[in-house]
Amino acid sequence: MREEIIVSGRMNPMVDPHLQIWHWQIPLYLFLGGLAAGILFFAALFYINGKEKDNPAAVKLAPFLTPILLIFGLIALFFDLRHKAFFWQLYTNIKLQSPMSWGAWTLMVITPVSFIWCALHIKELLPKWDWKYDWLKALETFFNRYKKALAWVMLIYSVILGIYTGILLSAFNARPLWNTSILGPLFLASGMSAGAAAILILSRSKEEKRRFAIIDLIIIGIELFLIVHMFMGFLASTQVQIEAARLFLGGPYTMSFWIFVVIIGMIVPAVLEILELRKFHVPAVVAAILVLFGSVMLRFIIVYAGQASRWLY
Amino acid sequence: MRYAMAVDTKKCVGCSDCVVACQTENKVPVGYCRDWIVEVTDGTYPQLEMEIRSERCNHCENAPCVRCCPTGASHFAEGGIVLVTPNQCIGCGACIASCPYDARFPHPDGHVDKCTFCIHRIKNGLKPACAAVCPTKCIYFGDLDDPNSEVSVILKKRKSKTLIPEAGTVPHLYFLI
Ligand code: SF4
Ligand code: SF4
Repeated sequence: MREEIIVSGRMNPMVDPHLQIWHWQIPLYLFLGGLAAGILFFAALFYINGKEKDNPAAVKLAPFLTPILLIFGLIALFFDLRHKAFFWQLYTNIKLQSPMSWGAWTLMVITPVSFIWCALHIKELLPKWDWKYDWLKALETFFNRYKKALAWVMLIYSVILGIYTGILLSAFNARPLWNTSILGPLFLASGMSAGAAAILILSRSKEEKRRFAIIDLIIIGIELFLIVHMFMGFLASTQVQIEAARLFLGGPYTMSFWIFVVIIGMIVPAVLEILELRKFHVPAVVAAILVLFGSVMLRFIIVYAGQASRWLY
Repeated sequence: MRYAMAVDTKKCVGCSDCVVACQTENKVPVGYCRDWIVEVTDGTYPQLEMEIRSERCNHCENAPCVRCCPTGASHFAEGGIVLVTPNQCIGCGACIASCPYDARFPHPDGHVDKCTFCIHRIKNGLKPACAAVCPTKCIYFGDLDDPNSEVSVILKKRKSKTLIPEAGTVPHLYFLI
């Protein structure tokens, strides 16, 4: 038997639960970022391959959500900071080895891009829209001329943003549960799936709905594959990672993870989407909402459980 | 120059003097501490073995906290001492999440705080407060690159270990066993 006690108080989550350093702000930020990344990815993709007519919701409508999502994400990140007056330090430093720095700079690129994208489509949403000032009109013509280039920037940065939401966590080798390179692709897939779900909710076209139901179905398949892989990797690794996997395999997060994330957030919507594609009448909105719910839960559970996993010594 | 510390687990009695000395010297806010005592008991009564450790930031050579900090507030100062510049720190918590030893804490003022190896004292030729105050003289401090420093001499003489070296952090806090 081995017993280890900290005699004098240490500021440590094992002793003081309030020292769980990241609370709701970070998972919310990761979710909003991932969702925005998913929407922008599909908008850019279908614009670049010239299918914008077939996918009006994806290219023109859903992107209007993204500036709002990104700004709320930044606000959530801001709430996480304890030394708020020094926020600007994020933008006077570039630290290539720090994922947090990468994320801050990626947002600095993609947020304005999302605003520009919306500005280019606002006339389709509000036909009476008038830019009033000539220089705004000139700007619009300018960006319209380079719209393809803009779409490429959006495509690349949305992938960086989506994958960053996972890499932010996987860079921490101190938390064995996060310390797996699967987390980047998993969070990217989850963001894409959430983006597809949002488009599905907004779409009015039967064809487009069908297309995004199929896309979502494929991504859910990828997510399940990645989750299985993640656990295989953990269980075949060192003791600390086996302990980390146990949080989800009998440990305190077992129920919440498998029920909320895997069953309600992936398997049920996948079944609903299959039924829908087979022409049964199930409202597509239900599946889409479940996907969004699962995507939120995935972030919250991984962020909280990760902070409960640690090296043993 | 590479500063390091060695704590003799055979001499340490776990009196917590180092903890109090640090809190006083560094004006650590009430309820927080930069160093702490761990007691490990192994075995079943009556075959018990005990180890007492005075722990603090390991001033890792490959410090994940420095790597993850987005602003450069966490940095290496002279002699490899890992420091936080309060006015550069945004309090994002990335370094706290990245330290495998949980050696950092959020200061009530907002920035992150941790052991500094009492850099202000060693610049004046003094030992860190914890080493100076220890009644059993079980904390050794000095420069690893100087073969005659207190810490190099004791590490040559005695067997030692570091905590979770497999985390790849290359700690500079040794425990004599
Ligand atoms: S012990 Fe923790 S805080 Fe200290 S240098 Fe290592 S990783 Fe950083
Ligand atoms: S809390 Fe401060 S020192 Fe720590 S990573 Fe963030 S900015 Fe750097």
